[in-house]
Amino acid sequence: MNLLESYLVISSILFSLGIFGIVTRRNAIAILMGIELILNSANINFVAFNRFGGMHKLDGHIFTIFVIVLAAAEAAVALAIIINLFKNAGSVDVDEANTLKG
Amino acid sequence: MSNFSSIAYYIPELILVILILSVIVIDLIPSLQDLKFPVAFIGLGLLALALNLSHGVKASIFMDLIVVDPFSHFFKWIFVLATASILLVSRYSVEVEEENHVEYISLMLMILLGLFLMASSTNLLMIYLAIELVSIPSYILAGMKKNDRASNEASLKYVIFGSFASGLMLFGLSWLYGISGSTNILDIHAALLTNGNQFLVYMSLMMIMVGFGYKISMAPFHYWTPDVYEGSPTPVTAFFSIGPKAAGFAILIRVLYTIFTNDGSLNATSPLYDVNWTLIFAVLAAITMTIGNFLALHQENVKRLLAFSSISHVGFMLIAFTVIGTEALTALLFYLVIYFFMTLSAFIIAIFIKNKLDTDTIDGWKGLAIRNPLISAFMVISLVSLAGLPPTAGFVGKFYLLAVLFRAKTFYWLAVVAILNSIVSLYYYFKIIKSMYFLNEEEEVSSEPLEVNPYVKWTAILFSAQTLLFYFYWTPLIEFINRSLSFWNS
Repeated sequence: MNLLESYLVISSILFSLGIFGIVTRRNAIAILMGIELILNSANINFVAFNRFGGMHKLDGHIFTIFVIVLAAAEAAVALAIIINLFKNAGSVDVDEANTLKG
Repeated sequence: MSNFSSIAYYIPELILVILILSVIVIDLIPSLQDLKFPVAFIGLGLLALALNLSHGVKASIFMDLIVVDPFSHFFKWIFVLATASILLVSRYSVEVEEENHVEYISLMLMILLGLFLMASSTNLLMIYLAIELVSIPSYILAGMKKNDRASNEASLKYVIFGSFASGLMLFGLSWLYGISGSTNILDIHAALLTNGNQFLVYMSLMMIMVGFGYKISMAPFHYWTPDVYEGSPTPVTAFFSIGPKAAGFAILIRVLYTIFTNDGSLNATSPLYDVNWTLIFAVLAAITMTIGNFLALHQENVKRLLAFSSISHVGFMLIAFTVIGTEALTALLFYLVIYFFMTLSAFIIAIFIKNKLDTDTIDGWKGLAIRNPLISAFMVISLVSLAGLPPTAGFVGKFYLLAVLFRAKTFYWLAVVAILNSIVSLYYYFKIIKSMYFLNEEEEVSSEPLEVNPYVKWTAILFSAQTLLFYFYWTPLIEFINRSLSFWNS
């Protein structure tokens, strides 16, 4: 197995773990952690492709830096929303967020 | 083009950035605080002026990150009109509290900037950044009513679904980068033509479609739509129903036609490597419109009903992707303009009812025909147009879309599904009309007249009158759309 492949395997495992976390966890913060895993698996892909895929420019590295920044912004907004829900509903369980349905 | 010489082509966006900053600064000066809305409108006016001056310009700017072309220009007009009209009615909405006005305006304008970038980006990095620039302020706007549990839930569901979809899309983008070695969509197309394989193209296409499909609320990524639409403040819902959707279609058209066709431009005739995405879109269109219509049937909440109706309209618009060619795109953009007018007029009237009667259930609309005959009459026009009956533009739009299928002689079954769906949709649109006009004998409703704020009234009337106008005379619109169907490199 060459280097690129081993990185891609790691990123696929991370991606699957992220999906698994989002589907099985009921705690909103745990779901957010799953989303972070997916974003980081994409980051590993970008860096691995750039380093071992025979590319000359640094597009992939730069992409990763932007994704890290955006992931932080998204996490900040999502945590603020979860805190607000906790104040009003007293829980961060997504199953209890069920006023809207139909 | 280098960064410095690009600035000359970037004036509308620069005006927008200055506008966002000045709205925030004005709020800090106590004597100027009342001027927030007027300043926003003046800024949007200047923006429209700058946009008008850049008509027909074609250029690839900021090291090919974004482009200025007639195609993005067309969408920018829709975004500016939508934002300006929503800001106008939000000023008089009870759901947007006075103390939150500055956040509301600046977040709305930030979304507008993101929409501009979505319509014009040609680089994977820029596409991702633009989508996130639209999404993150949208999450906040959905939760604008801080002490309202429904609003909190709406924003929680939006943020979870939204970041999940954009995560999947990012994973797809990383694979696309890996197999092509570039983030520029033109280079990606060139690289895929020389060395690519069908499986990888399929896989990355699917992943990317999750992200875009979520933005336009295409089934099976529509789950967030009804909840978010119901829980958000009504003006925000009205904005979500047109702004991000139009941008989603813009980016979908640009990416599909540039990367995933044989020619890499709007003149394309067949998909890349026989990756049959026209069939995928035919199935998704049928599923989307059926789900939207059948779930709308038993809704009692007007906002939720309009959310499902918007899903079914997205299904209709997806018909345009089952045929590759400019004719299909003309029909799609035409329908988008019509959809813009009819859905916004319906939502503006819903905002008015919410302001006056504090209700968004269909039963709460009872007797509206007696209390305000003018507004109810125009609501009927919008609803007839949404249902797609003559004499309204909704009929012309549906006619154009179905004509695409018949002219290309493909997917007749999809045309049948679409026609059956429009018949089903009559039921729930007429449920609202029934509630406004017909009362049971034993029912008592107040007959006291409802006063409408003149700005809200005239915006609603103007928008629903457009649907009548475009039924009788739509040639200029079609000509404008035909001129707009051109990328910067063609």
